[in-house]
Amino acid sequence: MIQIQFPKGEIAGVPLKNHLLLAAGILGTTGASLKRMLNLGAGGVVTKSIGPKAISGHHGPALIPVDGGLINAMGLPNPSKDFVEEIAPLKGEPVVVSIFGGTPQEFGTVASWFPDAATFELNLSCPHAEGYGASIGVNPRIVRECTEIVKTYNKPVWVKLTPNVTDIKIIGKAAEDGGADAIVAVNTVKAMRISTELRRPVLGNCFGGLSGKAIFPIAVRSVYDLYDAVDIPIIGCGGVSTADNVLEMMMAGASAVEIGSAIYDSVNVFSEIAADLYSEDGIPAEEIVGCAHV
Amino acid sequence: MSEMPEIVTITTVVNETPTVKTFVFDKLFAFRPGQFCMVWIPGVDEIPMAFSAANSITVMKVGDATEALFSLKAGDKLGIRGPFGNGFSPSGKVLAIGGGIGVTPLFTLAASGEVDTFILGARTREELVFADDLAKVSDLKIATDDGTFGFHGFVTGILDQIDVVSYDTICVCGPEMMMKGILDRLVAKGIENRGQFSMHRYMKCAVGVCGSCCMDDHGLRVCKDGPVFTGDLIKTGEFAHYHRGPSGRKE
Repeated sequence: MIQIQFPKGEIAGVPLKNHLLLAAGILGTTGASLKRMLNLGAGGVVTKSIGPKAISGHHGPALIPVDGGLINAMGLPNPSKDFVEEIAPLKGEPVVVSIFGGTPQEFGTVASWFPDAATFELNLSCPHAEGYGASIGVNPRIVRECTEIVKTYNKPVWVKLTPNVTDIKIIGKAAEDGGADAIVAVNTVKAMRISTELRRPVLGNCFGGLSGKAIFPIAVRSVYDLYDAVDIPIIGCGGVSTADNVLEMMMAGASAVEIGSAIYDSVNVFSEIAADLYSEDGIPAEEIVGCAHV
Repeated sequence: MSEMPEIVTITTVVNETPTVKTFVFDKLFAFRPGQFCMVWIPGVDEIPMAFSAANSITVMKVGDATEALFSLKAGDKLGIRGPFGNGFSPSGKVLAIGGGIGVTPLFTLAASGEVDTFILGARTREELVFADDLAKVSDLKIATDDGTFGFHGFVTGILDQIDVVSYDTICVCGPEMMMKGILDRLVAKGIENRGQFSMHRYMKCAVGVCGSCCMDDHGLRVCKDGPVFTGDLIKTGEFAHYHRGPSGRKE
């Protein structure tokens, strides 16, 4: 297997310690758990998505492990502005603050609370929250406007996209047109399970989003598509669980990856992948980013 | 590996006290005392609960979900995910201290013959849970807040009367302020690492990914790294000071 070098300089505007970030929504509710993941080897961490008002989330079951992944319908639970105090001790660390809103103005309001964020990741892609996430992230005009308004806070802006669209390239291009510094692809794939014994959906919200190994090929395809469509960096997200997965994402066009569901199997997944991925005599990652495009 | 909820049918409902019921179901779960399950009350919610036996949970009515659970009867169905978490891992001479409904995981520990001395606390006599069974399997000492049975006062009052240092493991579950009183006493004697405390926090996923139940200062997950923690891991941070609610706000 190919091995690569640790990143030199910034990736998509952020000084990451390695190419492996903790994905949004995974162990990102408290400052202490984010700090723990940095200590356990994450090159950067993305917070739980923070919105304009505190939300308790959907009733349970809110997450069920299924073959090859997890289906969740958390419902964007978040403490809203209280989160500023939560991550204050992490100032100076590579913390990506994930934010959401129902309108571009709400995105701007939430962004204004976090002057210490390393970068913002716009959640325009959560598939199970009415009026938020993917319900507005399928509209190229809204995606561009949300990106534009958050860009006025003078930080890098990453835009996380939903795969639940006919052509992800159009949405990626809209984010780039709005001034995005990177695209994060992808959020979860809309999904559900039914209890045959109870004859009803298992999730409290009926449907949710599938993550994990089952969606890795979808994520690779999305990154591959986007690499042809945009000129800004792409962060690959969706089912990454091995060093070889990281290389594959990079060959599709990703400059870095986010890892989430693999935490289910091991909280040490970052250091485990890094041990396989990096070598002092490895090649620079830039040599393989997008190399699979034929 | 799919871990969809196992659908069980309630076979018996036992009224333990005016506020506590045991729901016995038709399937067995191989659990370690102190491990928990997620109980899905269809159409209502899913909540963490300790096993009281391989085929039962014992529940105190404390909120909307447990109130809905209390309306169920034999023949009704529940979903069970689990068992989850680490459970107790006692060694040597074992003291168990349980308060209120927190007695449940310790009852299963005692029932498996792993407890020498048991201190059981409740608000009042009629709220004592599992007392008769515990007396058969351990040296049982009882405290009630109102003095209607046993020692008049808290479990810590009994703890102060015994030689706690003579125990190798002290397993604890109950209201957080009760556990705080016990942890303080263990810290004072320098034996907090002998204490194994079963923590309760708001949970969503129960499998260690969502982060809802993480505790300060270490960011440990109650559902996966716990729910049982040694005293040295919880003596600093949020324990007995605050916790986070469903939105992640501190309460």
